[in-house]
Amino acid sequence: MIQAIGRRAVAAVEAVGRVGHFLLDMVRAVPDVATWAGPAVVQMRRIGVDSIPVTLFIAAFTGVVLALQASYTFTGAVPMYFVGTLVGKTMMLELGPVLAGLALTGRVGASMAAELGTMKVTEQVDALETLAYDPQSYLVVPRVLAGTVMFPMIIAFAIATGIVTGWLTSLVLLDLSTIDFLKGLKLFYRFKDTWFGLFKSATFGATITLVGCMVGLSTRGGAEGVGKSTTRAVVYSAVLLLLLDAFWAVLLL
Amino acid sequence: MIEFQDLHKAFGAKPVLTGLSLKIADAETLVIIGYSGTGKSVALKHIVGLLQPDSGDVIVDGRAVSTLDRDGLTALREGIGYVFQFAALFDSMSVADNVALGLRRRRGLSDEEIDDQVREALALVDLSGTEERLPAELSGGMRKRVGIARAIALRPRYILYDEPTTGLDPVTSAVIDRLMVRTREHLGVTGVVVTHDMRSAYTVGDRIAMLYEGRIRQVGTVAEIQETEDPVVRQFIEGRPE
Repeated sequence: MIQAIGRRAVAAVEAVGRVGHFLLDMVRAVPDVATWAGPAVVQMRRIGVDSIPVTLFIAAFTGVVLALQASYTFTGAVPMYFVGTLVGKTMMLELGPVLAGLALTGRVGASMAAELGTMKVTEQVDALETLAYDPQSYLVVPRVLAGTVMFPMIIAFAIATGIVTGWLTSLVLLDLSTIDFLKGLKLFYRFKDTWFGLFKSATFGATITLVGCMVGLSTRGGAEGVGKSTTRAVVYSAVLLLLLDAFWAVLLL
Repeated sequence: MIEFQDLHKAFGAKPVLTGLSLKIADAETLVIIGYSGTGKSVALKHIVGLLQPDSGDVIVDGRAVSTLDRDGLTALREGIGYVFQFAALFDSMSVADNVALGLRRRRGLSDEEIDDQVREALALVDLSGTEERLPAELSGGMRKRVGIARAIALRPRYILYDEPTTGLDPVTSAVIDRLMVRTREHLGVTGVVVTHDMRSAYTVGDRIAMLYEGRIRQVGTVAEIQETEDPVVRQFIEGRPE
């Protein structure tokens, strides 16, 4: 029993050490701009452009459901223009960043873990090193940078889409006028609503890509190892994303 | 010159190298033979610092590899070409980009010079005209040849071959052997070849060293190894089960 606890404690300390070491190596690789600049552009396109359809799809339906649920909750008790308030606030502060983030955990985090895991087990990462490339500069920095920069942009689109579909739903299904919807939308709006959601998204992007890279580059074994890494990346990223979400709410709201 | 100095390496509780000592002279091709899982590839990876030894070291041109910092390792690796067992080509890049990748790290090379060197390296391995193809479109033998082209494009002082003929048919293996000999003749590089293909070892090697239970069992010229009376080496080179 004591041995088992000891082993777990040692494993936990080792894991923290590995994370620290990885982060330190990544920071050291940042000045090597010549190596990561090109791959960063490629990653921005992959993460940004390629992720837009799935993100907008989720946001569009979230906006519809939010408007309908708000109407269902408010009927007879709260003025209906508050539908605009609820759709706007919820999309900006919570559902836009979190739902899109969770979707991108699968879309981006899993694919990074699988790609880097495959590169690791087929010795492509070793090959990079023998060609005098630092894998941190060539593989990790561009991905984390692209995630950090592109997530807020994608999620800004998602928020806008959710609000638009919420407005259309209010207009078509709830008999709410555009003026009333906008009145509700503006009612308690603060600029913080915008930057909080986008800042949170940037931290989600950094976390998901960082986890995808770390897990991918620590892959061992063959196809089975890649499969396990992919699953691990999604689980770790989703858990960390929800923890971060709560952390920023406690700290900044 | 490359020198293994009492190299020890274990993975977990399993010792792999238990005091490997060996010298590889400039301009020679030394073949390391041995059973699967005896640490031949592990030894090779220590030369370029892909693995850190538990004790002992590898000395390359007077530099102890395990003590090199990041810049030192980069400088070391610029002088060493590494041909991986399964080629380790980058799937998403064309053949030309695979070969050019190492060259792009070199400062002072223009795009035209890089293109010229890529064409030259591919011509040396008889793969002219494949520049735009993807690794997935190549046969196993062609992939290995691209791996060799990628290594020689850097004009290295040393080339390390990790099981270059494994998984290839006899004719393609002979083609790879001929390429390794041609590479040495054209570029005058020092070669270290890890293999358990004895025909290949006899063809490309100046000397052969047998790795057994983590250390060198015997090292000698091809003729010396062929005439050895050491029962372990004899059994291996004759491929006898007992």
